[in-house]
Amino acid sequence: MPKETGICSWKELELGTAIRQPGSAGELKTGDWRSMYPVTDFEACIKCGRCYIYCPDMVYVRNEQGYYEQNYYYCKGCGICAHECPVDAIKMVQEGD
Amino acid sequence: MAKRIGMEVSIAAAEAVALADVDVIAAYPITPQTHIVEHLSELVANGHLDAEFIPVESEHSAMSCCVGSAAAGARTFTSTSSQGYALMSEICYIAAGLRLPIVMLTANRALSAPISIWNDHADMMMSRDTGWIQTVAENGQEVIDLVFHAFRVAEDQRVLLPVIVNLDGFILSHMIEPMILLDKEEVDRYLPPYRPKLRLDPKEPITMGPVGMPEVYTESKVAHDEALKASRAVITEAWKEFGDLFGRYYHPVETYKTEDAETILITMGSISETAMTAVDAMRADGRSVGLARIRLWRPFPTEELIAAVKGARTLAVMDRALTLNGVCGPVCAELKSALYDRDLHPYLQNYIVGLGGRDVTVQNFMEMSDGVVEAAERGAPMGYEIINVRE
Repeated sequence: MPKETGICSWKELELGTAIRQPGSAGELKTGDWRSMYPVTDFEACIKCGRCYIYCPDMVYVRNEQGYYEQNYYYCKGCGICAHECPVDAIKMVQEGD
Repeated sequence: MAKRIGMEVSIAAAEAVALADVDVIAAYPITPQTHIVEHLSELVANGHLDAEFIPVESEHSAMSCCVGSAAAGARTFTSTSSQGYALMSEICYIAAGLRLPIVMLTANRALSAPISIWNDHADMMMSRDTGWIQTVAENGQEVIDLVFHAFRVAEDQRVLLPVIVNLDGFILSHMIEPMILLDKEEVDRYLPPYRPKLRLDPKEPITMGPVGMPEVYTESKVAHDEALKASRAVITEAWKEFGDLFGRYYHPVETYKTEDAETILITMGSISETAMTAVDAMRADGRSVGLARIRLWRPFPTEELIAAVKGARTLAVMDRALTLNGVCGPVCAELKSALYDRDLHPYLQNYIVGLGGRDVTVQNFMEMSDGVVEAAERGAPMGYEIINVRE
């Protein structure tokens, strides 16, 4: 079964559609349906971590310098991070532009 | 050795569940199922049965407990009727979808309104599409035999599906009948211990009942449907072995004097015994009548039923449930679809009988049998008719 999508033949499904691998949801790609994605201006960022706290999908990861970087594998483009950023360091950018 | 007993069928059914060495019973009392779970409760309270009896606050909770219990790997039983089934139905779909081999006795009862505690098959039809295996008993002996069969089939590694054994409320549940009850050693020979394929275990964590996105939901349903299809062979194999061991053989469709019969009655449940008496009387009178009784409601025994009725010119199909303003009742709808698929066109009439506990008599069967022949000669349209209605 492709881990990114979970798409498979009915014959490959576990009994009762059970999932036997703990934490396997982490492999599901949820970042392929957004229409906009967040970009952070690290010049303006004050490392407050609100984007990390508010993100519903664990997109933000703290790097060694203390900045929060996006993992676009999961980002659905909801824009909550941009809305919550107190210094407007995060801008939503149109996909495909 | 098996012993011959004279007992209320509900009590005998509870004794059969106890003999099956059930681990967990979660149930809420409702007429006419009450005596079944009441007796199990007594057996546990008195120390005669080493099991957990969970007296829940509703049928919804009963089936929820059963799902948890079966998921943990316990042999699990419950029982209900009518409104109780309606309340637990949400979880019944889940029990089947999760492939949990729960066994349930449904003491069939009409659905409100108006309130009726008496028998018909409305609850059986409500549970039709939940994906459980469903068998139907005609008498007390069949009820207890089908209980052992239900556990055996449900827990078979090739099946792993829940099973309902249907018995007509009051007509069977409250009847005192002579029955042959297997002893413990015999039951153990027929029913091996339950070995779950998947179960909740902290050492080997699994998720049961995850979200099924559109990409997976259809495949999940196909897997369930295929499992039900595959259960057919196990159901008949388990009946064959039961017969070889104990001398009582069961089949998905039972026939009575159908060979050479020009008219065949089709029934399900306890009315079948009355219908047999009617067939005997009509045969004695020179009328060419036979009877096909449906024992297995799901998976539907299409081939067996077609084989049983295909030689007849006229069919009288009984439904003990009403599909209000559908084409016909649920049993008849199955048969009509199956006949159409095979390009068979016998004349048939659908009779809705015995709603809310109304008796279906030998005389009624004779009238329906004659009525379908007369309607065929007249070329009356094939619909459904509710019998014995006061105008």
